[in-house]
Amino acid sequence: MQLKIKSQEDFWAGLMFIGFGLLAVVVARDYPMGSAMRMGPGYFPTYLGGIMIVMGAIIAFRSTLVQGEKIRAFGWRGLFFLSLAFATYGFLIDTLDVGFVLSIAAVVILSTLASREFKWLESLILAGVLVLGTVAVFIWGLEMPYPLFWWR
Amino acid sequence: METLAEWFPNLTLGFATAVTPINLLYCFLGVFVGTLIGVLPGIGPLAAIAMLLPITFNLPPVGALIMLAGIYYGAQYGGSTTAILVKLPGESASVVTCIDGYEMAKQGRAGPALAVAALGSFFAGTVGTILIATAGPPIAEMALKFGAPEYFSLMVMGLIASAVLAHGSLLKALAMIVLGLLFGIVGTDVNSGMSRFAFGVSGLTDGISFVVIAMGLFGFAEIVNNLEAGGSKRDLLFQKIKNIWPTKEDFKRSWAPAMRGTAIGAFFGTLPGAGPTIAAFSTYALEKKVAKDPSRFGKGAIEGVAGPESANNAAAQCAFIPTLTLGIPGSGTMALMLGALTIQGIAPGPQVMTQRPELFWGLIASMWIGNGMLVLLNLPLIGLWVKLLTVPYRMLFPAIMVFMAIGVFSVNNQALDIYMTLMFGFLGYIFVKLKCEPAPLILAFVLGPLMEENLRRALLISRGDPTVFITRPISAGFLIATALFLVIMLAPAIRKKRDQMTEDPVGA
Repeated sequence: MQLKIKSQEDFWAGLMFIGFGLLAVVVARDYPMGSAMRMGPGYFPTYLGGIMIVMGAIIAFRSTLVQGEKIRAFGWRGLFFLSLAFATYGFLIDTLDVGFVLSIAAVVILSTLASREFKWLESLILAGVLVLGTVAVFIWGLEMPYPLFWWR
Repeated sequence: METLAEWFPNLTLGFATAVTPINLLYCFLGVFVGTLIGVLPGIGPLAAIAMLLPITFNLPPVGALIMLAGIYYGAQYGGSTTAILVKLPGESASVVTCIDGYEMAKQGRAGPALAVAALGSFFAGTVGTILIATAGPPIAEMALKFGAPEYFSLMVMGLIASAVLAHGSLLKALAMIVLGLLFGIVGTDVNSGMSRFAFGVSGLTDGISFVVIAMGLFGFAEIVNNLEAGGSKRDLLFQKIKNIWPTKEDFKRSWAPAMRGTAIGAFFGTLPGAGPTIAAFSTYALEKKVAKDPSRFGKGAIEGVAGPESANNAAAQCAFIPTLTLGIPGSGTMALMLGALTIQGIAPGPQVMTQRPELFWGLIASMWIGNGMLVLLNLPLIGLWVKLLTVPYRMLFPAIMVFMAIGVFSVNNQALDIYMTLMFGFLGYIFVKLKCEPAPLILAFVLGPLMEENLRRALLISRGDPTVFITRPISAGFLIATALFLVIMLAPAIRKKRDQMTEDPVGA
């Protein structure tokens, strides 16, 4: 019998759930199971992982029976720049500790690059406005304890 | 009337707490920001509360809760404005309002549609407030007698209900619940002190912050998805909204749907796992059924605005009943509210009402005041909200990103949280692609540790015998209700109906 995937969505969703379930079960093997009466730290995750694997398998198997949709293409541009914006923020404000102003400006400019309608001037103006606004609200208003610049 | 006598001192205490200038200010700020967020598309109440949660860390508990509640029902309210004016529901509970509300606006009757939505919501909010005040104490008293098996079964019921009422495939929704429970396990096990699923990362020993999960799944993923959809054109329908007041005929048509909507909303709101969206859909379906001339629906029937708008507000309000009395949130948003309580150092549960009466009753009184403020805020200021709609998305999403970045980082001041949000954002985007609804996941994530703890305790008392869940009558009742839910939903006829209702009713 040849199995044909009729629903890509369900097939990959099923695989994803199986993957998470396996991960849970395998990692939980390092934790004592205990018994039903005295549940150890491994008890709950092992059972959940098992249930997850079974559910994932059913979902994946069903994808060969029930007609479904193809997965639409990923929006890589948005994904890339928004991720970059977030990661840069974490790096700038925590690791490098360059202060609030520069970190926020970086988030704005990198975020705007995610849009296909990106314009430099607009991006810079928006960065200015948002930096001013957030400094006013969060630093002056709510007194969050971040330095404005690297020289404090 | 014993309850009535109890009411007076309680409500007096509530209002005394709520009308202090500072709490009135928090309430106003909450509903204002909430309306703003509800009006702006692309950010729902859940992400909004997650984003603004850190701001309330420094407030006193009562003020923090009043403000967050304000954001919650304010967003509900603002969502209907955009639904009527531009056929863009600010959030899912106002999707049905689009159908007839937008038609009314097209016919130049945006004013009455907005007014009826506002007045219906206010009415529903008032009833909701009274209901919480009446039903809260007895439910909490009953809940104090609940043992571990009852709590466990109740949570099972709530989770299954949230899966049953979610969009799309039931099986995938159930799998998302299990995944949410697994994410909830990450961190130190309270019983053994063992660190689980931390993968050697020290920042993970305290578990994953729900702000991180909420922002990743609902904030980040949502923006990526919106950007991909491209700049949606918004047909703004407002030729200066002049006559806002509905006609006598409008009132005559609206009052009965508003009452029915309120009743349905109250029911679905109280039920853990259900919520405003399903309440609004059910009400619309009911109104269409009882109408003398169903063909008017879809062509600007005012009943189609009055009913669902009352229903979603009543549901939003009554969602506080399980949250405050049992300590069990009925939705992701309510889970965040409980998170806020916990951060304030208050353990959620039935004891809150007796130990912190000013908190419970103050919140309830403030909800009623807040609903009144919303009417005042929405009707005269409608022009301002409409202006906001003209801000293009490409300028909006960087602002949302900034707020999210600040919000996530301020929880623990560690970059790890930012990177984790990113990971959950990726995961959330994959969920979108695979049509896996994330709402049940976040509910399960919050309930996870509670569930494990209660399961552990229940099995300890019963000496490892799992029948304890069906031999205790209340627990068995919850499980039977859960089974009924599943059976009913799996019945082919109802299943078809559910798919119609949860899929895409507007055809937009």
